[in-house]
Amino acid sequence: MEFKLTPEQEMLRDTAREFAEKEVEPRVEEIERTRKIPKDLIKKLFDLGFGGLIIPEEYGGSGAGHLARAIVLEEIAYSCPALAFTLQIVHLGQAPLVFYGSEEQKKKWLPDLAKGKLIASCAVTEPTGGSDVLGIKTFAKKENNEYVISGRKCFITNVHLANIHGVLAKSEENPRHMTFFMIEGDRPGVKPGREENKMGLHGCNTGELILNNVRVPAENIVGTEGKGLKVALTAITNVGRMGVAATAVGIMRRCLDEAVKFASQRVLYGQPISKLQAIQWLVSDIYLRYESARLLLHRAAWMIDQGIRADAEVGMVKWAATEGAVECASKLSSILGGYGIMEEYVAQRLIRDAYVLVPSAGTNEIMRIVISRKAFERVT
Amino acid sequence: MSKGFQIVVCIKQVPDPRYLSKIVIDPVTKTIRRENVPAVINPLDKNALEEALRIKERFGGKVVAISMGPPQAERVCRDALAMGADEAILLCDKALAGSDTLATAYALSLAIKKLGNFDMIFCGNETVDGSTAQVPPQLAEFLGVPHVTRVRKIISVNRSEMVVERTIEYGYMKVKVKLPAVIAVIKDINEPRLPTVSAILRCYKKEIVKWTASDIGANPQYIGLAGSPTKVTDVFSPEVKRRREIFEGTVDEEIEWLIEKLHKSGVI
Repeated sequence: MEFKLTPEQEMLRDTAREFAEKEVEPRVEEIERTRKIPKDLIKKLFDLGFGGLIIPEEYGGSGAGHLARAIVLEEIAYSCPALAFTLQIVHLGQAPLVFYGSEEQKKKWLPDLAKGKLIASCAVTEPTGGSDVLGIKTFAKKENNEYVISGRKCFITNVHLANIHGVLAKSEENPRHMTFFMIEGDRPGVKPGREENKMGLHGCNTGELILNNVRVPAENIVGTEGKGLKVALTAITNVGRMGVAATAVGIMRRCLDEAVKFASQRVLYGQPISKLQAIQWLVSDIYLRYESARLLLHRAAWMIDQGIRADAEVGMVKWAATEGAVECASKLSSILGGYGIMEEYVAQRLIRDAYVLVPSAGTNEIMRIVISRKAFERVT
Repeated sequence: MSKGFQIVVCIKQVPDPRYLSKIVIDPVTKTIRRENVPAVINPLDKNALEEALRIKERFGGKVVAISMGPPQAERVCRDALAMGADEAILLCDKALAGSDTLATAYALSLAIKKLGNFDMIFCGNETVDGSTAQVPPQLAEFLGVPHVTRVRKIISVNRSEMVVERTIEYGYMKVKVKLPAVIAVIKDINEPRLPTVSAILRCYKKEIVKWTASDIGANPQYIGLAGSPTKVTDVFSPEVKRRREIFEGTVDEEIEWLIEKLHKSGVI
């Protein structure tokens, strides 16, 4: 077993890091203030190929894979978690097609999704159903070879940015049957609704998707009719939760670097505070949280790349990384003392950004349930 | 211009400037301890490569990157391929170890001659580790071609000559240079591109050509430590000492006192 990245992955990491330093970091203050991610920055992500990491080469992506994706997201999140989250949902929007799309659908949509000509949302959550996905109230009624879909989705990331939406809907005939549709944004009756104001990840767009008697052809069904829940959960688990975790790992590394930098420079009692055991313990806590989450992240991503089922492992890293990010940001704030709550310092933003990740792509209580399933089934 | 330009770019692996503060000088051997400091392509060499690629994209031709260094320097050759170089060559031989700028320029010149005809050679003006800025002019001398250093802009290029701007202390010079020539560039010349994900994956499928000292026909007397007239007698970190004096008086007295002090210390 070798705990190191391949040369290709190392170069990818270095490239993503340079991109984050040169192109993203100087824009973070603007993003935070305007609560908008500049369109040119999103274009640059696609130009570099970061938009097509999980799309196979034959459909216009690079096929670099899920570990490569985790590496890139960590680097971007280090500078701007909101941009990393936007990018990770770009991938989530592609995932239903990557995992379950027909050959025809892949050829039709994936090349444009890889280039950024199309951006897809993944709309599952509703006010009545997120963790309890069976509680959703968006219905699809079959009429000849078409479906008429109505409902209201909420907390949908990138919804105002997207021009095509992945939507999970219940069958009107049999509410236990759910179907996953790709719905073009210009179909009559499709409208993004209210835009939410989150405490953190400013600039990363979140809002409602309103579907009012939208007519969708049967060819837009991803996977099998009535088996859409599997499509949505595969995408959310392997891509959505992994992206949340990778963003959290980026926040943790930033916390570690900021903690070390401040503790080495801040002088109290005639010496840098890094010489104080109380501070050393806080730094060690952050370091341990970061390293353990990163290892869990890379392991889970490797499993997905190998085609190994990784629900529990993804659940572990999503839980460990998001709660770890909150803890690391909070400890960073403690090290900074009064500066920790000042807007000129990054700690307060990292706390706010980290908190947004906790309930994203499934609460950590749901992660515990997923993990426990494997705990009871596992064989050593 | 049908066949475009044959362009060589010299690149070097150096310690990552992000971590320069972590570089330690061994007090006994007087060498730089590079352990734990990641290595990268010299930043100005990326500008050199970028400029070469832009010329190739405009006029056609071929860009070959050449580096000299230990086996680990293969990474900077891969970086060059990922950015868009057509070929990369690594001069890698223990006999080349310890080469100073003269021996390095000699070895590079032999490699470039082995490549055959070329129209221009781009270099970074200097590296972040040595900062001598000697290799580009020395290389030009070995090749018997003109050179221009501190180039900040290429104004025009044709088959036989190039017009460039080079920075000088209080402005710039416009220089017309006959091709082939060595062009040493500074940071202002361009913003180097980042490689795309696909280019990164592709660059690892290409071959890096490795040449030894004998492959380029180097005279052992002119390479490595034997071929290096530069002898480093000492390397040290300058000691920074702060002096503090407090003078109290009227504002006029304080200014007069301060000016006198600054004069005496040679600051003004």
